[in-house]
Amino acid sequence: MMDTELKRAILIDHYQKPHNHGLVEDARYKMKHQASSSCIDDIKVQLDIEGDIVKDVRFDGVGCTISTASTSIFSDLIKGKKRAEALEMIEQYYRLLKGEAGDYEDLEEAQAFETLYAQPNRVKCGLIGVEAMEELIRESYEK
Amino acid sequence: MFDVEKIRNDFPMIRNHPEIIYFDSAATAYKPQPVIDAVADFYNYRTVNVHRGDYPLSFEASRLYEDTRKVMKKFINARSEKEIVLTYGATSGLNIVAYSYGHFNLKEGDVVLTSYLEHASDILPWFKTCEMTGAKIEYVPLTEDGHLTVENFEKAMHEGVKVVALTFVSNVLGYELPVKEICRIAHSYGAIVAIDGAQAVPHAIVDVQDLDCDFLAFSSHKMCGPSGAGVLYGKYELLDKMNAFLFGGGANARFDKEGNIILKEAPYKFEAGTPNIEGTLGMKAAAEYLMNIGMENIVAYDRELQKYFSEKMLALDNIEYYNPKADVGLVTFNVKGIFAQDAASYLAANRIDVRSGNHCAKILWNAIGATETLRASLYLYNTKAEIDRFIEVLRDITLEKCVGVLL
Repeated sequence: MMDTELKRAILIDHYQKPHNHGLVEDARYKMKHQASSSCIDDIKVQLDIEGDIVKDVRFDGVGCTISTASTSIFSDLIKGKKRAEALEMIEQYYRLLKGEAGDYEDLEEAQAFETLYAQPNRVKCGLIGVEAMEELIRESYEK
Repeated sequence: MFDVEKIRNDFPMIRNHPEIIYFDSAATAYKPQPVIDAVADFYNYRTVNVHRGDYPLSFEASRLYEDTRKVMKKFINARSEKEIVLTYGATSGLNIVAYSYGHFNLKEGDVVLTSYLEHASDILPWFKTCEMTGAKIEYVPLTEDGHLTVENFEKAMHEGVKVVALTFVSNVLGYELPVKEICRIAHSYGAIVAIDGAQAVPHAIVDVQDLDCDFLAFSSHKMCGPSGAGVLYGKYELLDKMNAFLFGGGANARFDKEGNIILKEAPYKFEAGTPNIEGTLGMKAAAEYLMNIGMENIVAYDRELQKYFSEKMLALDNIEYYNPKADVGLVTFNVKGIFAQDAASYLAANRIDVRSGNHCAKILWNAIGATETLRASLYLYNTKAEIDRFIEVLRDITLEKCVGVLL
């Protein structure tokens, strides 16, 4: 288990100073707009996938600590990764949010969400940005 | 004499959850024992359909069900129980007006005048009606702090306006609209006025004859009754001329294989299908419960709580408080630097239940500049001690603590 104070610091840091924040106007980036049906988060995610590599991630929007921090953390995690590696991390993260036991070292700072499963009404906040990333990667295979 | 401790004792939710401070009554209100008894009485002793069987229980259930119209007529001071349409709630009542009145009376170029204060239920039906008829929506401008004034209404009103669709009390800001003056002005232009009374009827003395509104829709569940029941009040001469909204059993007198339908008279023509009988009986018990305490006493207590609450809120410096001048016990705010839902989770961890979000009024941010807020809404069973506890928790709230409840 990650230390509680460390988790708190990670979440607050990413919430107040999100990484890869701000959208770009560039045709290489594909965008997903996530406006959750059950909450007020409204986030846009952009991915620049070149060949098999997730070259860059950008995001912006209105969100709570969980949605902002999880999107920020994952933007760091998958940047520079091969698509399959990024998808594997996202799958791991989904298992983490279900509260499944396992080794989540690879998720680095995203381990801060290891007890989020205990707040079922907030799990969706942790998913909103990451699901957009997953969809954008999967769609990139279709072309 | 308004005895809140005695009132609290009437509500099993308070007895069964003494640890919870429930500040979300604008979403739905707790139910007192007489309401629960009325529902259980139907299930235990009179589970039969109404207006159907030739046996004593059906006759008895029909009589009790029809009595609801008399009680609701008294509750809002309608002229006759024929003006009381029993519905499934404010949403269904407002849809009946938009469809059964709007579709058949509006034409291209006509205007439906409304406001940014409206709940989705009072504006989406009119969007659809306008789409079907070619009528268009116009908005009465609000003042900077979100009030809809007589002056602004008068300026927005013109010959083209055929329907005025407004809420009585804003579900986000708790401001009461000057409905009586609005009706007078609208009528002088020949427009009709449809009022969303969902928030007002539980918290204000609503007298439809004095207001002279043409329609008023409200829900049982916000006035301590069961959900899935409500009332649409309409002036009888309007109801009489309107088509039905839902068609089916109970609302027609005759029909033949050629498709000729003779509808029953109002209000029955609007009540196709087996109604929510137990919910309606519960709503009757709720109206009786509130009238026994006295709406004037409830309103006075509500205002007293509002005043007390707003003074305490204004003394906090970590809060963005949007409606210190609310007319009902409803406090809308944000904690500086903390997203509404994070603050709501922290309050919930402290056993204080409030609502966060846009409260179904998704165009109001145009007026107040905040897309999401926290809303603490009170009712007759809340106390100053609960407000004190709420303020104490709010005073010490920090982002670190909010994140802490998620770890």
